[in-house]
Amino acid sequence: MSKDIRLKKGLNINLQGEADKVYASIPRSQNFSIKPTDFHALTPKMVVKEGDKVKAGTCLFFDKYDERIRFSSPVSGEVTEIVRGAKRRIMEVKIAADSEVSYESFSLDAKASREQVIKGLLDSGVWPFIRQKPFDTIANPSDNPKAIFISTFDTAPLAPDNDFVLHGLDKEFQVGIEVIKKLTDGKVHLNVDGNTNPSKVFTDCKGVEINKISGSHPAGNVGVQVHHIDPINKGDVVWYLYPQDVLTIARLFTDGKYDVSRIVALTGSQVERPRYYRTISGASISNMISENSIKDGSNRFISGNVLTGTQISADGCIGFYDSQITVIPEGNEQEFLGWIAPGLQKFSMSKSYFSWLTPAKKYNLNTNYNGEERAYVVTGQYEKVLPMDIYPMQLVKACMIEDIDAMEQLGIYEVSAEDMALCEFVCTSKMEVQSIIREGLDLVKKECS
Amino acid sequence: MKLFKNLLGSVKPHFEKGGKLEKLYPAYDAFETFLFVPDHTTHKGAHVRDAIDLKRTMFMVIVALIPCLLFGMWNVGYQYHLAIGETATLVENFIFGFWKFLPLIIVSYAVGLAVEFAFAIYRGHSVNEGYLVTGLLIPLTMPIDVPLWMLAISVIFAVVIGKEVFGGTGMNILNPALTARAFLFFAYPIYMSGDKVWVHNAMVDGHSGSTILGELAASANWQSLSFNPFDMMMGTIPGSVGETSFIAIMIGALILIATGIGSWRIILSTFVGGFVMATLFNMWGANELMATPAEIHLIIGSFAFGAVFMATDPVTGSQTNRGKYIYGFLIGVFAIVIRVFNPAYPEGMMLAILLMNIFAPLVDHFVIQGNIKRRLKRANA
Repeated sequence: MSKDIRLKKGLNINLQGEADKVYASIPRSQNFSIKPTDFHALTPKMVVKEGDKVKAGTCLFFDKYDERIRFSSPVSGEVTEIVRGAKRRIMEVKIAADSEVSYESFSLDAKASREQVIKGLLDSGVWPFIRQKPFDTIANPSDNPKAIFISTFDTAPLAPDNDFVLHGLDKEFQVGIEVIKKLTDGKVHLNVDGNTNPSKVFTDCKGVEINKISGSHPAGNVGVQVHHIDPINKGDVVWYLYPQDVLTIARLFTDGKYDVSRIVALTGSQVERPRYYRTISGASISNMISENSIKDGSNRFISGNVLTGTQISADGCIGFYDSQITVIPEGNEQEFLGWIAPGLQKFSMSKSYFSWLTPAKKYNLNTNYNGEERAYVVTGQYEKVLPMDIYPMQLVKACMIEDIDAMEQLGIYEVSAEDMALCEFVCTSKMEVQSIIREGLDLVKKECS
Repeated sequence: MKLFKNLLGSVKPHFEKGGKLEKLYPAYDAFETFLFVPDHTTHKGAHVRDAIDLKRTMFMVIVALIPCLLFGMWNVGYQYHLAIGETATLVENFIFGFWKFLPLIIVSYAVGLAVEFAFAIYRGHSVNEGYLVTGLLIPLTMPIDVPLWMLAISVIFAVVIGKEVFGGTGMNILNPALTARAFLFFAYPIYMSGDKVWVHNAMVDGHSGSTILGELAASANWQSLSFNPFDMMMGTIPGSVGETSFIAIMIGALILIATGIGSWRIILSTFVGGFVMATLFNMWGANELMATPAEIHLIIGSFAFGAVFMATDPVTGSQTNRGKYIYGFLIGVFAIVIRVFNPAYPEGMMLAILLMNIFAPLVDHFVIQGNIKRRLKRANA
């Protein structure tokens, strides 16, 4: 049965710099990089060396602990550098692109058996787009998930609009869905935005459960949707992927190519003309930045959104799962008696600054902490922004003291760091909630599997 | 502003690692962050953060306390002039009260912050803002003539035994401001109860400043009291400095609830609990306190002040939303029960809140167990 879920809790952060719904054309980027750090807990084993020629779809490295999971080059070109960090950890594999992309060819049949489909996805390097909950890691190909979830909308600040991005791609999307349906004996849940009139690409999709979710952020997060539609108990596994990755799967099965073309929104208050770009996963953002223009001052470039994204440099590359780049000002300035000021320019969930008088105002937030870390004092804040039947502060505390029993009882399997990102945002005591939850999940995973 | 920045910049090297006063860094840090919101930027997790921090939170509570503070100062002067039979203008009353009350505030903050700074330096962590509010709450719950040395001792007791032994702000079990009051009440009862302490110089001059609760406990009928319900609402009655005016307290409550700093759940359920219990006692009606109408019970004594400013302390109260209803309700119930059954000291709010501080974790435990059971049931279904 399709569900209609209305969430009351949550928080939309109105930021300046929403992308206009137009595409800007830019020359294809020359520099690409694949970052093993985008994949949580991955230990990569390199297949290529510096100087090797690769095609789009050539395996660059694989998972040391599961050799079936391979990671491919997004374009054809030459491996220029393998960047290593502390303890020789591989941080980045850099590729200089050819002027024309040549592809490895994969011959795949969408009508094939489940095993053959999985093998095709694994061999081509498309598999890592499919992830699992709990733990938010790449799906284990040996599992049979109880359901697969696709959230067709993103409620995060300034997130790209998938209705716009996937406009007119009905057929391709349906091809991808047919492949995905093979991966589970359970249902494929396609969750659409109940606040708006979602695109026909999603509502006319066949063979899936279409659920309507409405509410503020994090209503668009898969974790929240899973909690309300088919919650995870200990031992359950569900898989999930993003709408644009469904298209990647479709292209693999129709054209036999590893084609990770992607539409990316360049957003944020520091971007002069925020808009959408057609590019490729892993491409350097420098072309986008130079085509557009970025306001002066010290800026932070984020691959992803302001709550969960990763900081990159001005010529850094788009993350594997990201379809948004955000540029906001750094906040490395002291503010005189800022905590006493009326604060008309300050955004707060509480009404302790007078900015609550203008609820529709769009804010230009910077990266300042707006305070210092303290012990927990205020209670009941996290509950307002986590639309789940979970006690978030108690769960965070259980993670801090590494009490695995308490974590399990309080629902650690149901949350991800990203679902708790707003808790981190609103925290008066400035706790690093996302990393605490992530470490809690890692601990549970290590001890219980 | 530039001046402060330069000044701080010039002394900073002494406090940093390797400087002469390295050990005093927490004290320096407290001053610097008091003047300037620090330039720290996010490095992991969310890149932007809500504008609120603990300083702002505490500051809003102080703002909410201002109506009580101003009214209390005026009332000190008003009650004194009333007792000695003189008439004074509004301004004269206020100025009189201001000069009587100021030393209490100064002693409370000076002593309390000294202890806080000492602990922060000793432990090498930054100074928490918790005492900004506690330091004002303590004098507001005191009689105006409390000797300053007694106030100082109770502040030290509250901060050290009530808070720091548990690990400081955020870790304490009992409300520090009430700990101070309870300490004074049991250690120096003559100065904290009876009918001779609530008006300035009553002890010396010998005029009575009996409180409503005192009269009721002495078996006066509530209708024959020397004050009518209007006085009780306005607060033109003897009592602890901050607690007499129901109107001023409610303005504070509105500020706390509107800004989202104070829990409306606790405030509401405390009043409901008190009302329900007082109504039950009305039916019984065995003594004058029992017979006093429920709505009168809620506006006299320190019931309202406790419900709005003490019970809502998030650290010592219940932390779950459902628990907050139970916690507040039981505070209201126990406050009236203690009032009615304890003729020696009819004010039960302080003890009711301290009692429920102890039980708040238990209340939360049962609320959370409910959530855990729901999850287990789902798994087994």
